[in-house]
Amino acid sequence: MSEQPIILIELEQTKQKALSLLAEIQDEEPLQAWRREYLGKTSVVMSAFSSIGQQPKEFRPQVGQVANQVKQALEASLEERAKIVSETALTRKITGERVDVTLPGRQPNAGGLHPQTLVLRRIFTIFAEMGFQVYRSRDVESDEYNFELLNIPAHHPARDMWDTFHIDQPGVVLRTHTSPGQIRVMREQAPHPIRVILPGMCYRYEQISARSEIQFNQVEVLAVGKNITFGDMKGTLNGFVRRLFNADVRTRLRPSYFPFTEPSAEMDVECFVCAGKGCSVCKGSGWLEILGCGIVHPTVLKNGGYDPEVYSGFAAGMGPERISMLLHKIEDIRYFWGNDARFLEQF
Amino acid sequence: MKIPLSWLKDYIDIDLSLEDLARTLTMVGLEVEEISVIGLPFTGSSDHQEFKFTGLAWDPEKFIVAQIDEVMPHPDADRLTLCRLHDGTREWIVLTGAPNLFPYKGTGTLATPLKVAYAREGAILYDGHKPGYELTKLKRTKIRGVESFSMVCSEKELGISEEHEGVIILDPDAPTGIPLADYMGDAVFEVAILPNMIRDASLVGVARELSAVTGKPLKVPTRTTDASGPKIDALAAIQINDPDLNPRFVLGLVQSLEPKPSPYWVQRRLRLAGMRPINSIVDATNYVMLETGEPLHAFDYDVLVQRAGGTTPTIITRAATHGETLITLDNVERKLDQHTILVCDTAGPLSLAGIMGGLESEVTETTRNVLLEGASWNFINVRRTSSRLHLSSEAGYRFGRGVHPALASWAVDLGLERMAAWSGGSIAAGLVDNYPQPPVDPLVSISVQDVERKLGVTISAQEIAEILTRLEFLCNVSGDSVEAQTPPLRLDIGEGVIGKADLIEEIARIYSYNNIPETNLADELPPQRNNLELANEEKIKDILAGLGLQEVITYRLTSVERETRAYLQGQFLDPENYVRLLNPIAPERSVMRQSLLASVLEVLERNARIRERLAFFEIGPVFIQELDNHLPNEPRKLVIGISGKRAIPTWNQKDSGNLDFYDLKGVLGSLLEKLHLQAVSYQPSQHPSMHPGKTAQILVGQTLIGVLGELHPRVKQNYDFLAPAVYVAEIDLEALLPLIPLRFESQPVSVFPPVLEDIAIIVDEDIPADQVEALIRQTGGKLLADVRLFDVYRGDRIGAGKKSLAYSMTYQAQDHTIESGESTALRNKIVRRLERELGAVLRDN
Repeated sequence: MSEQPIILIELEQTKQKALSLLAEIQDEEPLQAWRREYLGKTSVVMSAFSSIGQQPKEFRPQVGQVANQVKQALEASLEERAKIVSETALTRKITGERVDVTLPGRQPNAGGLHPQTLVLRRIFTIFAEMGFQVYRSRDVESDEYNFELLNIPAHHPARDMWDTFHIDQPGVVLRTHTSPGQIRVMREQAPHPIRVILPGMCYRYEQISARSEIQFNQVEVLAVGKNITFGDMKGTLNGFVRRLFNADVRTRLRPSYFPFTEPSAEMDVECFVCAGKGCSVCKGSGWLEILGCGIVHPTVLKNGGYDPEVYSGFAAGMGPERISMLLHKIEDIRYFWGNDARFLEQF
Repeated sequence: MKIPLSWLKDYIDIDLSLEDLARTLTMVGLEVEEISVIGLPFTGSSDHQEFKFTGLAWDPEKFIVAQIDEVMPHPDADRLTLCRLHDGTREWIVLTGAPNLFPYKGTGTLATPLKVAYAREGAILYDGHKPGYELTKLKRTKIRGVESFSMVCSEKELGISEEHEGVIILDPDAPTGIPLADYMGDAVFEVAILPNMIRDASLVGVARELSAVTGKPLKVPTRTTDASGPKIDALAAIQINDPDLNPRFVLGLVQSLEPKPSPYWVQRRLRLAGMRPINSIVDATNYVMLETGEPLHAFDYDVLVQRAGGTTPTIITRAATHGETLITLDNVERKLDQHTILVCDTAGPLSLAGIMGGLESEVTETTRNVLLEGASWNFINVRRTSSRLHLSSEAGYRFGRGVHPALASWAVDLGLERMAAWSGGSIAAGLVDNYPQPPVDPLVSISVQDVERKLGVTISAQEIAEILTRLEFLCNVSGDSVEAQTPPLRLDIGEGVIGKADLIEEIARIYSYNNIPETNLADELPPQRNNLELANEEKIKDILAGLGLQEVITYRLTSVERETRAYLQGQFLDPENYVRLLNPIAPERSVMRQSLLASVLEVLERNARIRERLAFFEIGPVFIQELDNHLPNEPRKLVIGISGKRAIPTWNQKDSGNLDFYDLKGVLGSLLEKLHLQAVSYQPSQHPSMHPGKTAQILVGQTLIGVLGELHPRVKQNYDFLAPAVYVAEIDLEALLPLIPLRFESQPVSVFPPVLEDIAIIVDEDIPADQVEALIRQTGGKLLADVRLFDVYRGDRIGAGKKSLAYSMTYQAQDHTIESGESTALRNKIVRRLERELGAVLRDN
């Protein structure tokens, strides 16, 4: 019987040495060097396999078996160690990484909508849910539609309520309110019931100042049917105002005058700036005027093609710029059509 | 209109707090804009205010009615006095400098003590020595060795008037020791009068509304004094030429009077009501106007007699002739037209009817006989004249809105009485009353159902009648119906269905809007319709904002000059097509815009120095006057304008270059894609604002929807822009919106892997890129899922007059995996087609 081959001893020694070295390894690079050293082509283990043929015959199975065991042991330990090393490396990496969270972010070029588009949409949405649809009509109107058919004859004292821009053609004006749309929509729809809102740009001859503009949006509300009352008007408009401002805002309806409605009313909401205590926004009154409204005047119904003995309706009108000014504390109405990017970008 | 509380109480009993009264007035249609208190305490809760309060409230502990029993000299100062004063509790020595106390100085104990307004230490009042109204607190001090801690007040110190010459001497019957506010506190309500409630521009009118709400009786003043003079019939006559202009004219006469200052209480009331006291004659006319709402006019009777050559004057009312003139009492010569109504006599015009008297017949200090006019005028003529002459007056304000002729005789009677009472003299017997055209005071029938139908609340016939009766309607109830006769004091009630609406308003006001229950609409819902035009416009706005553009809304009023700037010289818009204002507020806002492009360029210009990246859009109408058309066309447009940096440089992202044609084209491409429009193409084009080589028209199918391009460098010079080029697009929404499909179909997503490949081909420079891509897509068919141009190269390596286009292609099938053989075959097919039809060469490096 031959002597036990030296390779078996070497394998055992190599295994001991390799494992103890491996246990010390912390980084990827020495780990790879270790792999080349102990599991590479020229390593003791791999050489052991290729030397089997040169071993005494009776030991050949044993050498193969031992070499295999050592190889498996080394590979298993390597895998385990590799996990530890990569975990350590990741931990180290994470620990070292840091951004300055206070540096500004890269903002995409954000566009935006004009504040009045936004406020009009809020108004449209609330009324849409109550069954009111949007009806638009023209800016340049006839005197007939803007005034006469709305129960405002020439030289009537009510005409003082509107300072009108006239066109160089007789009988043509820039609409002073969106009310002419009432006649247009009634004449289109009669005798069907109507629930519409009429938004649009209106014009009044005024000096432009922080408080007044020559051009302004208006939204009118019109409901016509056989069974529409002042109570319905209160309910609808209160519902609108509560949704626009907040659910428990106090409102009051007080008598007013418009030639195209009777009875007419002005709706005030409790000043939400000072909660009714009195401030500069409500001019110390605790109330903010928010819209005018009333029961459609029989003459207007008749002019629209509805029999005032059978039909009734209500109308209301509001200023979206005023609403924006209140909602966003805008103190100068000229901002709206001034289109300074520094203003527009805030919405 | 200013309503002094103390005066209002002449006509109705009021037991409401200031705030309750203001709320009641507001809820009846007389909106209280401000309450100015003179002594009376503020009311209402501290955490919720309903009305604006101004003025000074007198603390009832600190301001007392007191009596001065003796005025003694000051030992060291001639201009001061020491008053022995009793405040109802004990005696004080009070220092004053009031000149109106000097006459009593050193006269010993006064037989009749002087009643005064006494402010105790700590009282807060206005500083009489400072200009304006500045509050101060009375503190203990020493003046010339005499201790002073309280004072006797002037009107200014109490906030009654600006008077600070002396202290107020109250009536001798003022009760010593009571709070001053209880004795003479007052408040003035500033009330807004609605155009249809001009009858309430009067104290009686306001009291009538209060009476209707509170149920307290209205105390209507009437003349109680009998005439002591001769009959008026022989002393004056009236001739009305046109009853439509002048339905009634009433004259009364006071003889042998003498103008003097009105009694203090009259002056005080007029001042509180916002009018300046003049003399006892003028004050009487103003007083009665404020009381009744009927403006009166006083003529110097002797001037009229003189003008009539010593005979009986005849008043003639008529329309003015065009060009006629009159000097009004403000000493301005007025040029009149045929709409003006004149009060004349046989010698010519005397006054502008219903607006202002003439200078010549005005009452003066020497007037001894007054002819008093009360009349009624056609409100339209009065309005036309006062607006044409820019002449506003208290009379014109009332007559211009319509005063019922029935008020004339009542007011003249009251005027005569007050004038005689305050100026002496005797009232001539009777009135000259010419009343050719009494108005119809409608009889209106209204039912419980009528009211219910409009208001949504059931009010019984009895209650309806009660409300209307309190407003002085004469009512007749029969079953559910009420017949109401309009009282002869208002002109705002119509007949028939309009009269019903008028009465429903009266009922709602007095019943109170607050008491009408809030209900939800229960009526039939109208046919529901889409507003597609609006929906699509809003969608376009959303898409553009999402693409990084800011929406703007500009003035639709502009000027021809402003719009001309947006076009090359000689290529401006047709001036005939402008909608022009007859009465612009300024030349730069004198026409309606024809060009939305010009509006958006102005926004770019305005922001050029505010933002480095400009990207704006607007949607709105332009206005084109067509000669054969009464009203202009108002087509809607979309305009986009961009200029400046593509992105704002940041700390770790440096300059990314300036926005150019392709940025704008990309925005439009994305927009049209998101709108699901098919067959979009671009062709070189021309536009009077744009660079001739950098302009394209945009087609959807065969429909031209707009143009985009670089703003012409010469047009750019018309604006204050910075260096970067400006790119604009003008889209005709009338053309675009109808093309937007109501629905669109989606494409399935393939589960099979794509094959990606890049190819570069060389073509002649003048072959448009979109033609190459169209051919690639057409040839690739369904298997070519995507084509993207990623490089354009021109240069020596491919030779002059050529360009290289590099495309990234994605091959993908819905039903199988594309193998390399299949994709190669497809690629070769595409390349061969490009070679054949466009003379393209595959670039192989």
